[in-house]
Amino acid sequence: MHLGPYAGFIIAAYAVALAVVAGLIGWIIADHRAQMRTLHDLETRGISRRSSTREVA
Amino acid sequence: MPLLDLANPSRFLSLVDRVLPWLVVATVAVFAIGLYQALLVAPDDYQQGATVKIMFIHVPNAWLAMFCWVVMSIAALGTLVWRHPLADVAAKAAAPLGAAFTFLCLLTGSLWGRPMWGAYWVWDGRLTSVLVLFIMYLAVLALWRTVEDPSRAACAAAILTLVGAINLPIIKFSVYWWATLHQPASVMRLGAPTIHSSILVPLLIMGLAFMLLFLTLHLAAMRNEILRRRVRTLRLMQAQAGA
Repeated sequence: MHLGPYAGFIIAAYAVALAVVAGLIGWIIADHRAQMRTLHDLETRGISRRSSTREVA
Repeated sequence: MPLLDLANPSRFLSLVDRVLPWLVVATVAVFAIGLYQALLVAPDDYQQGATVKIMFIHVPNAWLAMFCWVVMSIAALGTLVWRHPLADVAAKAAAPLGAAFTFLCLLTGSLWGRPMWGAYWVWDGRLTSVLVLFIMYLAVLALWRTVEDPSRAACAAAILTLVGAINLPIIKFSVYWWATLHQPASVMRLGAPTIHSSILVPLLIMGLAFMLLFLTLHLAAMRNEILRRRVRTLRLMQAQAGA
């Protein structure tokens, strides 16, 4: 693959796209873990929604 | 599963848990094919040379920048008109994704513009209207963070989203309405695309890959938002029990 005289611009465009997409994925995974951890902590302390039993069923 | 059942957040979460792994696999597979086609198979453009490779990420991000706002606008109608319980969840989850895709559209366009136009930025209709779209995304994100009550924030964000939707036709037709360095539509236009199939096919595959990426991230972000609201509800219950 020969990128010619403007290789820097092409590589920079793909690198930034990769970084932003990776950042989005990382943020969503971290957010999911944080919410699940907080929910688990609250439920461990005996705080649960009234509808949770019905919804699971 | 009937469509109406998806209005139930628990059933929606169950569906997301089942669908998400398949979407991840499909996204990775289509990206692999798209990047192979874009970087190794597609020929250089006879005028732009290898810089045409930037198009394979710039154009899908431009499509998604507008598509995310369309999704948010439909969700805004769902919030204001139909009061669908997942509408504002969908709108809130789409906003940061739309902002990221718009940012990538602007940045990759700038990196493509410098070698082709001789400038990173020009204040023409297309670039300026996309910049306005980016600012609107930031405004919606700021609104969601500023108003603490989710239902009030949802109404305010929905109104702002519908007002901002006026910008979408301006972006689309800006290249026809005003003199611009930006080229007119080459794919989504009346009549056949003006791009040769050797470049069009990789572009469409990359477009599909980014669309799958959006769908995957949007569903995952909606799941997070539902969980966040459950946490909020439990904390309110905890506070009431302690009072």
